[in-house]
Formats: sequence, structure tokens, C-alpha cells
Amino acid sequence: MKPRQQRMLAVGLAIVGVGIAAALTFRAFDENMMFFVEISDVVAGEYPKERNFRIGGLVVEDSIEREKGSLAMTFRVTDMRCEVGVEYEGVLPDLFREGQGVVAHGRMGNDGVFVADKILAKHDENYMAPEVAESLAQHVDEKMQPLQEVGTECVSG
Amino acid sequence: MIPEIGHFALILALSLAVCQGVVPLIGAQRNDAAMMSVARTAAYGQFLFVAISFGCLIWAFVHDDFSVLYVANHSQLSLPTMYKVSAVWSAHEGSLLMWILLLAGWTMAVARFNSGMPQVLVARVIGILGLLAVGFLLFALLTSNPFERLIPAAMDGADLNPLLQDPGLAIHPPLLYVGYVGFSVAFAFAIAAMISGDLDQNWARWTRPWTVVAWLFLTLGIALGSWWAYYELGWGGWWFWDAVENASFMPWLIGTALLHSLAVTERRGLFKSWTLLLSISAFSLSLLGTFLVRSGIIVSVHAFATDPTRGYFILAFLGIVVIGALALYAWRAPALDSAVGFSPLSRETFLLLNNVLLVVATTLVLMGTLAPLIVEMINGSKISIGPPWFEVAFLVPTIPLVLLLGLGMHTAWRKQSKDPLIRLVRLPAIGAVIIGIVLPLMFYGRTSVLLIVGCAAAVWIVATSLIQPLRSWRRKAGATAITRSALGMSIAHLGMGLFVIGVTIVSAFGVESDRAMRPGETLEVAGLEFELREVREVEGPNYTAIEGVVEIRREGDFIATVRPQKRQYRVQKNWMTEAGIHPSWNKDLFVALGDQLGEGAWSVRIQYKPMIRFIWLGALVMALGGLISVTDRRYRKAQQ
Repeated sequence: MKPRQQRMLAVGLAIVGVGIAAALTFRAFDENMMFFVEISDVVAGEYPKERNFRIGGLVVEDSIEREKGSLAMTFRVTDMRCEVGVEYEGVLPDLFREGQGVVAHGRMGNDGVFVADKILAKHDENYMAPEVAESLAQHVDEKMQPLQEVGTECVSG
Repeated sequence: MIPEIGHFALILALSLAVCQGVVPLIGAQRNDAAMMSVARTAAYGQFLFVAISFGCLIWAFVHDDFSVLYVANHSQLSLPTMYKVSAVWSAHEGSLLMWILLLAGWTMAVARFNSGMPQVLVARVIGILGLLAVGFLLFALLTSNPFERLIPAAMDGADLNPLLQDPGLAIHPPLLYVGYVGFSVAFAFAIAAMISGDLDQNWARWTRPWTVVAWLFLTLGIALGSWWAYYELGWGGWWFWDAVENASFMPWLIGTALLHSLAVTERRGLFKSWTLLLSISAFSLSLLGTFLVRSGIIVSVHAFATDPTRGYFILAFLGIVVIGALALYAWRAPALDSAVGFSPLSRETFLLLNNVLLVVATTLVLMGTLAPLIVEMINGSKISIGPPWFEVAFLVPTIPLVLLLGLGMHTAWRKQSKDPLIRLVRLPAIGAVIIGIVLPLMFYGRTSVLLIVGCAAAVWIVATSLIQPLRSWRRKAGATAITRSALGMSIAHLGMGLFVIGVTIVSAFGVESDRAMRPGETLEVAGLEFELREVREVEGPNYTAIEGVVEIRREGDFIATVRPQKRQYRVQKNWMTEAGIHPSWNKDLFVALGDQLGEGAWSVRIQYKPMIRFIWLGALVMALGGLISVTDRRYRKAQQ
């Protein structure tokens, strides 16, 4: 092969490769993309219907309830303004605790309860997922006190 | 006092790095031997002072000097000494200092092992490494001083994150960093070649061993990290497509492309500008990885505490390095092209394909990793990309990659005639297809297209990798023996084959089951019986633990007892899952203990992971192949 042909071959292959990659990416991206939705928006009904999304906030104190002897459980998550009920069945991460930050993957059930298929809690106590921190920051002052009363109407599930 | 010595030594190291970065480069430009000879002395001196500084930080940790903020935040009186030492690189400041130490170490190695290389090249390479060191030292001194004092001193430290109290994690960062930093040597060689406009086959021969060593450490570092995540994060996965894992994987992919491209440049004087571009990319991706970890902009289990200043500094540094290098490339690289041809069926073609596919794979990983950032910048929505996407997308370039590998290895440079090649690979190819169909059915009782492809590809790689070593082994002594370089290549590819077997089997036949269990209860998972005998409390050196005793049997015959724990470390009060694993060559049995569910029940996760050890074994064998190839005679000749 002449150098020119080599170059053409290289360029051609690169274009084909990148083309396939791009096509695949855009198709599969959409299916695997998960939006983070703030709890206030979840409660207001503004969340993607019929697909998975992520929510995050603090686990409400005294909200964890277990079905005795089984892996099924429910708890509530708050963004310091609204709160939503979450239902989950499975093993929990080590740092899952009341009052701590948590992220849940899943979708909305019919009764306004978020059905989680995955629960994430961070591996470091001081660390909170940036999107959760941001979402909480809108509703609290510097001392982590809620700006307005955590409304009883602003609840889902 | 000692911490101040460390701080001062770091400042002296910066001054020497400035000398090392300026004087030899000017000397090389003026062809002034005296100025160029500053390179070696400055490199040794810089290493000495960085080592003193690093030593001082270790001293502060071992002697529990809680008047040093970094020590107070990451150590504790009752921490075992081994972990006091590894705590040095457990967080941002110390790991940056380790990075600098390793950079100085690599530089010193270049200064020491360079005989045969022209002085101008050595001076330029060391000079460029010096400039990089200036950047990192400034980063440390201006934004991340590990010796900052805490006054008044703390009575006791805040302890090392329990997750990091593990031998695997004590050595994972150093290995990974040796690899990351090692790519700066290939980068410096590339810049030096562009400055001089002189890039011949000797250049490639000098660059190659450095790149291989960096690559093999990166391989080991990533594999160790994966293994640690598997047993220590407690939940049995070996790769999560986490942003920071990807950040280490991208330089690996590009580094692998670079090794192959360098082979063409060395043997045939081709792909020169491409090799340069890959050298620049490998190092830039290493920096990007650091940026992602340090800035905390990406959600990740690895993210260190967020500090925007540090993020900006690294971003600016990355910008200068990438833009500078690419500008130099645009200016100088066109002059380096050579006009040698090769036939469509030749090793050059296969290595070209290898490079294209590896670059596509890297691009995909990069897109998936950066997509959340880009989408957020465009419309503010916070998205994440799930592992399933990576798993599918990644297969597109890698399946052809592993299939072509078996052919490429046996194709001659320049021009290969078709028939001998077909004769040589016919048997392995047929064997691979048959075994690919039969093996999953025979051992695991079911199959699928992906399984057949995976198993066949693995057998194909293993078989074709063994052809050359077996032939040379059977031949009488004295007849054309296999070179270390070819043997290294075969072994590295064999490792790839083992890795593919592991990934294929464990993804298809791994079983994972979350259950509630009471002491005395027996569960059946993957045809094995798991009995929770008892749950009891045990005491560790700096933790208390709840331990489950689980007996594993097959049809009543005892196999093993595993003891999964939930540990609570006394200082940080964090709960940590320590899985109970019964390893064997062809499967791991894995039990992790979860929470107390009431009525005496516990949540447990039971996993059956067939062939998972082959994933890490494969990586180990790949690294071994790299090690063998750098001992090749022609590199040693270059050293005389």
C-alpha cells in the first residue's frame, strides 16, 4: 500500500468506527440514562413516567419500617421541604441510616410510593452526593435548619 | 519540627525542578553540554528532597503527630502501624505527594538508565519531566500542603476510613500511580522528539520499555483495585463503570494502543505521528483521571472531598499540557511522516486495526463518563449513565479486537501471503468454535450467542498465543529461539484470553441472591447448601464485629465454612461489611452479612461466582508478559 492509501484506509476505518460508536451511543444512551429528580418535584408529579429515575435526600428519622423477618422495608426521604415514601427489598448499604444522605434508583408506584431497586449510601460519612447536597441546600440555612416548616401537605406515599 | 523540614524540602525540590525544567532544555537548544549535564544532577537532587519530604510525612503518621492537620484527619492512635503508613496516601494531599515522589523516581530512572541515547534527547526528556514536576509541586505547595499545622493539636485523630484499612488498598494506589506517572515519560519522549524534529526507530526503541513498564504497573493497579472492590466493598461486583474506574481504564486502553503503535514505529518506522498523538493522549487521560478524582465534580465512590480550587488548578494544568502538546504536534508532526508502504495483509494493518478499535473503545468510555457533565452543562438536568450501557457499547469494538488479535500475532511485517497464515490458524480457529459451543453446555448446561462468542474468542486467543512459544520450546536448542519480546507478547495475549474466559463465564453464570436467614436455616443457591450456623460477636484490634458462621455443602458433603462480618470501627463508628469468601480456581463462594431484620433473621447476600479468579489472573499474566518483553536483549544492548 502507498502511504496515501494507508492514510485513506486509516481515515476510512476511523470514520466507520466512530460512526458505529456514535449510533450505538445515542440509541443506548437514551435507554440507560437516569434523571435525578428532586423530591419536591416528585411530590408535585413532575417526574419521568414509565421509566426509572433517581431521587435523593435524607432518610427521615424514625421512618424505617421493616416487615419482620423479611427483606422488605419502607422508609421516607426528605429534601427538607417535601418527603416521599420509598419501598425496597434487598440488602442495604453499610452507611444507610436515619438522618443520613441516600440516593435511590427506581420508579414511581401507583400509590405515590417510590419503588427502589437500588439504594446507594456513600462510603464516607462526610460525603454526600453533589446532586443531593444541591437539592437540600435550596431548603435549608447554613445550620441545616429547614427554611420553612417541612409541610405536612407536601408528602407523597 | 519534622513536618517543617518536610515542607521546606518540598520547596527546595521545587527550586531544583525549576532548574531541571529550564537549564537542560536551553542547553539542548544551544547544544551546550555543560548545561545539558545539569539534567541528571537536578533530577537526583529533586528526588532526594521529595523523598525527604515524603519521609517526613510518614514520620508524622507513624509518630501520631496530630498537630499536623492531615495526620489528625486520617490517622488514629490505635491504628495498626502498617495502616498508619498507608494512610499517608489515603487522601488528597498525601497521594499528591506520592505522585510527585513517583514522578521524581521515574525521572531519576531515566537519568540513570539512558546509555546509548544522545545527550540532547536525555536532556530534553528530563527537562520536560522537570516542567511537569514544577506543575505538580506548585499544586501541592499552593493548594494542598500536607504539612499544614493544626493548632492546638488534636488529642487523637479522626481515623482512617475503615474501607481503606486493608492490605489490598494499601498497595493499590502506589501501583496505579506508578502507571499513571509512568506515562509522563512516554509523553516527555514524544515532546522531546517533536522539539528536535528527530524521530527515528531508535527513538521508538528507547521509548518502548518505559511505556511497557508504565503500562504493566497500571494493569496491576487496576486489577488490584477491582479485586479490592470485589471483596471489600462487600457486594461482589468486580467492575462498576464508576467514573473513577473509567478514569484509570482510559489511559490503560490508550496505553495499550500506544504499545502496539510503538512496535510499528520501532520495527518499520511507520505511524510516527500517530504514536506521538497516543503518547500525548495517554498522559492527558491520566491527568484527566486525576482531575475527575480531585475535583469531586463527578459522582463516584472514589471522589475525595470537594475543593473547587484544586479542580481549577488541575484543569488549568491539564489545559496547558494538552493545548501546548497539541499545538507543538500540529506544528512539528507533519514533518515526521515517512513514505514506507505495506501490503493490506500485513502486521502493520492488524496493528492499525488494533489501534482504531482501542481508540474507539476509549472514546466510548470517555463519552459515557463525561455525558453527565455535558448534559448538565447544556440543560441543567442531572443524569447518570448506567453500567448496562457501558457493557453493551464496550463489546462493539472489543469483539473484533480480540478476534483479530489471533491473526495479527502470526502475520509478517510488510507482506504476508494468505495460505501459510490460514494453514497456521485453521486448527485453533476450528477448535475455538467447537469448544466455544461445547464448553458452556458441558459445564454449565446452557448457552447463548454471546457465550459462544466469548468462549470461542477466549479459546482462540489462548490457542494462538501458545503457537509460537510451544514451537520454540519443542525445537532444539540453538535453532532460532523465540525472542523475549515475542514471548512477552504471547504471554500478554494469553493473559487477555484468560481474562475473556473469566468475564464471559462469570457474567453468564454468576448467581446472586439476597435472602433473609435465621441461625440454623439452610438455603440453596446454585446447587449448593448454605447453612447459617450462628451469629456471634467478635473483637478485632480496632473494631467489634458481628460474625456469621456459614457452612457450605454440596449434597451434604462439607465444602467450606465462611465467616462474613459486619464490623464497627471504634473511632468512626461506621459499619463495614467484610464478606466471607471461599475462593478456588474455578469458582468463588461469597457470603455477605447484612442487617438484622427482626425475629432473629438477618439479611444475607449469597453469590456464586464461577471463574471470577481468571479476571485478575488474566491481568496478572498480561503484566507478566509486559515484564518479560522489557528484558529483551535489544533493550539491554541499547543500555550498554
